[in-house]
Amino acid sequence: MNYSVATPEIFLLAATCGLLLLDLFLEKSNRFVTYVMAQVVLISTILLIVTRLSEPNSEAFNGMFVADQMASLLKISVLVIIMGVFVYSRDYLGKRSMFKGEFYTLGLFATLGMLIMISANTMLVIYLGLELMSLALYALVAFRRDDGRASEAAMKYFVLGAIASGLLLYGMSILYGLSGSIDLHGVATYVANENVMQNVVLLFGLTFIIAGLGFKFGAVPFHMWVPDVYQGAPTAVTMLIGTAPKLAVFAITIRLLVEGMEFGAAGWQQMLILLAVLSLIVGNIVAIAQTNIKRMLAYSTISHMGFILMGILSANEQGYSAAMFYAITYAITSLGGFAIIILLSREGFEAEELTDLKGLNDRHPWYAFMMLLFMFAMAGIPPLVGFYAKLAVLQAVLEANLLWLAIVAVVMSVIGAFYYLRAVKYMYFDKAKDEAPLEAHLGFTSLLSINGLLMLALGIFPGLLMGVCVEAVRMSLAT
Amino acid sequence: MIPLSHFLIVGGLLFAISIAGIFLNRKNVLIILMCIELMLLAVNINFISFSHYLQDMAGQVFVFFILTVAAAEAAIGLAILVVLFRNRGTINVEELDEMKG
Repeated sequence: MNYSVATPEIFLLAATCGLLLLDLFLEKSNRFVTYVMAQVVLISTILLIVTRLSEPNSEAFNGMFVADQMASLLKISVLVIIMGVFVYSRDYLGKRSMFKGEFYTLGLFATLGMLIMISANTMLVIYLGLELMSLALYALVAFRRDDGRASEAAMKYFVLGAIASGLLLYGMSILYGLSGSIDLHGVATYVANENVMQNVVLLFGLTFIIAGLGFKFGAVPFHMWVPDVYQGAPTAVTMLIGTAPKLAVFAITIRLLVEGMEFGAAGWQQMLILLAVLSLIVGNIVAIAQTNIKRMLAYSTISHMGFILMGILSANEQGYSAAMFYAITYAITSLGGFAIIILLSREGFEAEELTDLKGLNDRHPWYAFMMLLFMFAMAGIPPLVGFYAKLAVLQAVLEANLLWLAIVAVVMSVIGAFYYLRAVKYMYFDKAKDEAPLEAHLGFTSLLSINGLLMLALGIFPGLLMGVCVEAVRMSLAT
Repeated sequence: MIPLSHFLIVGGLLFAISIAGIFLNRKNVLIILMCIELMLLAVNINFISFSHYLQDMAGQVFVFFILTVAAAEAAIGLAILVVLFRNRGTINVEELDEMKG
């Protein structure tokens, strides 16, 4: 058997277990070592993936695990984003006596879960990866044990996450019963010979699968957990939940719906249209009413998930690559957005309200400019990356002859621009109510600058990443 | 010989009971945890009956994994419940409403 296909995951698992042990023997004052080792582990995993880039698509563990171009691209993005999360959250954790080895080991286990989801090729592996990621994230939300709000958020996340897994599993059991195989190829063979719209049992199972995926995406009407978890969790954990897992969920959606049921597109397209339209409407409109900045970003996430779903539901290669581009760039953008929230917080003070942004330009013009870039990128204002990402999705939707859906999306984006611009207005045109200096270590500042300028660079030269996405989709989904 | 559909109806009913239990219950978080377990067991019945019907082992292997994950999930759920009770002094569902909007 060809174990080398899964070398990055095997390495990450072994190294995380090693880190867990190493951390036990470290004094509290040497906790920094855990942080550095976690970063080293992530970098090594990236290198292991990069060395395999040129190899053709290959499967391991009897076809349960697949390494293709799409998997490599998404895995590298996830790992880079997790590295960013660790850099941004270091001081935040330190000042709140949360700078513990558990944060890094749980974070790495969640990362391992994401990588497994991305490479999953059977329904069993999809489920196991999903649970590995989710269980680690539930624990991370409750990481601040003395915070009532965090534990309430963790409970809500846990219950709704478990329901989502249950729904997904029920759908998988139906698919297994119909196709006689837990393998996605087996499912694909079965679906190819069926007329989805006539096959009630298949549609029944598909509904459960879509509901489960909708929960994990945080798409309306399965979005109830998103605002509460974003608000209640410590900002460092919110940052982790709001970025990389979206890529992993995108990956399993592509695997299940496109690789497994591409011929059933007529069935899932309708359901995804419903989810996408509701997410766009509810996400953008409810976000306007929010005063808490983390809740606002939560509703903004919901609306962005609507866009990603729009790319997938186009059911053409252009749509899949546009959705992938959107997911990656959105994850990078929201990483930066949460970094600014972390920056505004300090010991004994959590920046929670939107009004905490007031006068940021007077306090520190460069940080304010970075936040401006993130907000404009989320709103989709050219020349930032969000504009091109939205444009690519809309093109794919038009390709699928869904003009009305594109119009809804554009109208909702215009409405959504309001609350991003309101944040910018607070930063540039209002007086600061809080004059405390903003402190950050050099790594934080330089990463934030790179992150912000990346918004500009990707917006002006989107072809670089887009080309990679198109190539990855073409190489991986070609059958 | 009991036909496949009977097993599927039992599985479906248990699943429906668990979902109803989660959404109708306004009193105790523990009951929600029990409902989650019931939901996973309902799925297991589905998998096992399909596995027997199809004479295919994969479904039964899947069930073993679900059972294992369910145990881990229950452990995390109860741990969160303990933390919640320490902070709030209650596990009443209706009182978990600090965050709204």
